[in-house]
Amino acid sequence: MMEVCGSSNVTLREFGSEQSLLSRPDGSASFIQGNTSVLAAAYGPAEVKVSKEIYDRATLEVLIQPKVGLPGVRERAQEQCVRETCEASLLLSLHPRSSLTLILQLIHDDGSLLSCFLNAACVALMDAGLPMSRLFCGVTCAIDADGQIITDPTAAQEKESRALMTFAIDATERRVMMSSTRGSFSVHELQQCIAVSQKASEKIFQFYRDSVRRRYSKTL
Amino acid sequence: MFSGLKDKVGEVLLPGDEFSLETEDTISLTERVKPEKVVCGPGLRRSGDRLLVCKSGVLRHKQPNMFWMDSQQRRYVPAKGETVIGIVTVKSGDVFKVDFGGSEQASLSYLAFEGATKRNRPNVQVGDLVFSQFVVANRDMEPELVCVDSSGRANGMGVFGAGGLLFTVSLGLARRLLSPHSEVLSDLQTLFPCELVVGMNGRLWVRSSSVQQTLVITNLLQSCDTMTAPQRQELFRRAAQGAL
Repeated sequence: MMEVCGSSNVTLREFGSEQSLLSRPDGSASFIQGNTSVLAAAYGPAEVKVSKEIYDRATLEVLIQPKVGLPGVRERAQEQCVRETCEASLLLSLHPRSSLTLILQLIHDDGSLLSCFLNAACVALMDAGLPMSRLFCGVTCAIDADGQIITDPTAAQEKESRALMTFAIDATERRVMMSSTRGSFSVHELQQCIAVSQKASEKIFQFYRDSVRRRYSKTL
Repeated sequence: MFSGLKDKVGEVLLPGDEFSLETEDTISLTERVKPEKVVCGPGLRRSGDRLLVCKSGVLRHKQPNMFWMDSQQRRYVPAKGETVIGIVTVKSGDVFKVDFGGSEQASLSYLAFEGATKRNRPNVQVGDLVFSQFVVANRDMEPELVCVDSSGRANGMGVFGAGGLLFTVSLGLARRLLSPHSEVLSDLQTLFPCELVVGMNGRLWVRSSSVQQTLVITNLLQSCDTMTAPQRQELFRRAAQGAL
């Protein structure tokens, strides 16, 4: 049983997105949440290396590029979270023996980074026109020392928090597709955070719809 | 049955949007009941008794019961019967490999040209452009191209491309150019007479009276994608006055 959080209106930082902003990739998007900013590029279905070929579905590769230096363990962990979420929403069996590549370039990190990666990934995949069975979005919640839940925290709020959770929520049934947590929290708090994220996801899905509608407004 | 679908024609839909395809509960006993059928084009998939949208775009409808999603994409996925502009990349024995911008290269038999026999091979070099049609295009098999129609005639297909310019546009624009009574094409033709080859894979080839004019047409077509009709007409008019 999910419980609805006490505070009725969930606050997210200002967020925005731009689509098809790069000329070379098949689909691209930038996603900005407050000061956190990510640039995503999707390629595919393209030719696949024989070693990575899967005979009944497409190979999805997610690469996260940090602002400076080479990707490390942290980026690899985030890549896995994003890849598994994308694999669940894409219809990979429609393009067997091909490769889909998603490159996520971090531009600025000011908290809620993983959720921003997820949102940018979803918009870029949609922009590339890849077949998807559902959309998804990412929401980060932090629980501070007093037990208050903060949605979409900044880096400073993340640092002071007792627990930090990121959920990927699917658009059709508002179910949790992926969760990544850090710190200690009770079961009750986890359920509260899920409920808050589900509420916050509605705003993001509405935003997706509005931005796609704006994109197609010229060809209607 | 598909009244729900018809209401949404012309609207922007997102992946994950669903339509119920359940039949009506009451069946007339006196009239002959014809089962209703819906033909789903790209972007729509059946899952059980529901119809699932799997690409973002505008829902389109054609009488009597065809529905599809019209989306702006850059990557081409081959479909049987579509005509594309390909580039010959490999000549090996009796087949050519052709790059058409998809996930793998298509094969083109040397016998699939008008008038070609085992003795009389067509003159095709690596790097040549071919306008050809898919006869095999599905996700499990290597795509196969031919340059003849079902009666063995070239019908406009084959090697082409001397003195022109090849460039790429979005798949949506290529489809708009190919649609009957295309507004973009009629706007262009009145101002800039030219020879234009449009492939469904988003590749365009243009040749006109001078190199300068060819480049003008190329730039105009590439910028068409993100413009409304009045903006486009204004741009074409200004280009016609300034460039010529």
